[in-house]
Amino acid sequence: MGAVDRAVHPRTLDAFYCVLSLRGIAIAITLIFGCGLAATGAIAQDGKALFKVCKACHEIGEGAHNKVGPHLDGIVGRTAGSVQGFRYSKAMVEAGSDGIVWNEKNLMKFLEKPSHFIPGSRMSYRGMADEKKRAELIAWLGKASSAKPAENPAKPTYIPPSDAARSFTDVVLAQKGDPEYGEYLAGECVTCHQQSGHAEGIPSIVGLPEDYFVHALFEYKTNVRQNEVMKLRVINLNNEEIAALAAYFGKLEPN
Amino acid sequence: MTALTRRHFGLVLGAGAATLAMPAYLRSQGKPKVVVIGGGAGGATAARYIAKDSEGAIDVTLIDESNKYTTCFFSNLYLGGYRDFNSITHGYDKLESNYGIKKVTGRAKSVDRAAKTVTMEDGSTIPYDRLVIAPGIDFVWDSVNGYSEEASKVAPHAWKAGPQTELLKSKLDAVENGQTIIMVAPPNPYRCPPGPYERVSMMAHVLKKKGLKDAKIIVLDTKEKFSKQALFQEGWQKYYQGMIEWYAPSVHGGIKSVDVGAGTVTTDLDTFKGAMLNIIPAQKAGAIAAAAGVANDSGFCPIDASSMRSTMDENIFVIGDASIAGAMPKSAFSANSQAKVAAMNVRGDLIKSKVFPAKYSNTCWSLIETDDGVKVGAQYSPADGKIAANSTFISQTKEEDALRKANYEESVGWYTGIVTDIFG
Repeated sequence: MGAVDRAVHPRTLDAFYCVLSLRGIAIAITLIFGCGLAATGAIAQDGKALFKVCKACHEIGEGAHNKVGPHLDGIVGRTAGSVQGFRYSKAMVEAGSDGIVWNEKNLMKFLEKPSHFIPGSRMSYRGMADEKKRAELIAWLGKASSAKPAENPAKPTYIPPSDAARSFTDVVLAQKGDPEYGEYLAGECVTCHQQSGHAEGIPSIVGLPEDYFVHALFEYKTNVRQNEVMKLRVINLNNEEIAALAAYFGKLEPN
Repeated sequence: MTALTRRHFGLVLGAGAATLAMPAYLRSQGKPKVVVIGGGAGGATAARYIAKDSEGAIDVTLIDESNKYTTCFFSNLYLGGYRDFNSITHGYDKLESNYGIKKVTGRAKSVDRAAKTVTMEDGSTIPYDRLVIAPGIDFVWDSVNGYSEEASKVAPHAWKAGPQTELLKSKLDAVENGQTIIMVAPPNPYRCPPGPYERVSMMAHVLKKKGLKDAKIIVLDTKEKFSKQALFQEGWQKYYQGMIEWYAPSVHGGIKSVDVGAGTVTTDLDTFKGAMLNIIPAQKAGAIAAAAGVANDSGFCPIDASSMRSTMDENIFVIGDASIAGAMPKSAFSANSQAKVAAMNVRGDLIKSKVFPAKYSNTCWSLIETDDGVKVGAQYSPADGKIAANSTFISQTKEEDALRKANYEESVGWYTGIVTDIFG
């Protein structure tokens, strides 16, 4: 098999995985690496800096919307799985009805290893081992989350960051994706990304907003996100196929 | 491909398939019947996808001689002490309860292709409209002079996971400092091309971790080169210096014989003596493939690249290690991918569901040492009657530690993903 050139810039991998984490859902990978910040400790820590990892999926502050994850306004003290209009995993909804409230104690446990505290959660974040950092992050969340969310937080306002990405997303989504075709094509995805929406080492892609989904694939196509396995799958997909996949996964409900 | 051509393709194929399916409809009572032989990565996936996507319109029977399945993939990680045996063993209960698949525990002995029935070892017969054969591999025992099924109880192959894997592990754990392990690596084509070399890495990991620095692993290969060779050799140099010796046939001159009692492997060059032997013989499709008459002289089964349908019988599909799948390696990932194409075509035949153009993919991860994982992968489609690679990638030497660690974490996620996709 022919080798494909790996165009990794000689700057540290940590650096580009940080970029990657900010850009998308692959925060799992970031956390494995400690994202440079955590690993080296070279940069001063505070809650806001630590939140950068969360920002890939969560909005917080005035007018926050749901993205890949629910908005975090009012998160401290909020009941688990309780943001209206967000498609939670069954596990998260059950946690809420079991009375789990996101107080400091529970957030400390959850953020240490989300998949342990709420098995079956869609949050594809591996966890933050450092207790001090978790405490800093939660303290910052407590302050930052006092703002009012958007009136209709369920309506996503995801805007792809570059013109190229935006026009790609527009072109792809201009055609209506065929979910039946998407289901067949998805056979290739669900070998790794679980159809149930569970994330255990591989991010969940179930129920993602279509524009987010398309944009993420664009970033794999264009090396903004660097993962050889994903790139290989995506470069062989045409626009119709991407639209079909986005339509299929967008319709799936996590369980 | 435009929407028009794809749909057109689907229609054309659908129509052709429906014609094929007609006699089956007329013959069978009630629902069309699919029988799958082999409950591994290929067979169980095919059974699940046919049952799931036909939503009860097709009767699916899955035959396997065991009631649980130990995956060959990740069994090296069990050897290395990274996984326990239970974590690589899976049951069929969800396939039965969630998808209504009928699991028959027993050994399929032969196939009457005219009558379209499978005959079990106990003499009972199971009728089918479409048969999926996914038996994995069997061994060509005499490919290594002096080796046999009996000898494998002393010198395990451990190339089918289960008791053999546990036997190899117990022997590995008993190796003492100064002793030698000898592996005879198989000739192409065989299941899991990087597997022997990942296994060598995992055995060295165990020895090193126990401080047995004077223990040694000698690999007597039947090939001049192997999968991910540069990556493995770089890793062996980095982590296990002086512990692993690999000999190509051009060096050892050919393997003459083994004597598992004496613990020796004789080559043209020398007789090697080991405290433990791991002999991996040449391979062929599982016995039922030959019994059904769908294997050719190579011992494996030719298939139509666009559907995984046997070129010898239009009612039979062969997937996974038993098939001749062009550029695709024999791996669980490949088998799982082929199973979905076969399942779609089976449904197309029997209930006229839409058939899309075949696409296949594979990725193989290997662990060299803790947090040092490498990977190779490719995307495939039918071309000129064969399954050909469209694009490929492979890990590079001298990669950053962080990337290698991410590869390993990714492989762990993949394992959870694929066993869920296979067993429900």
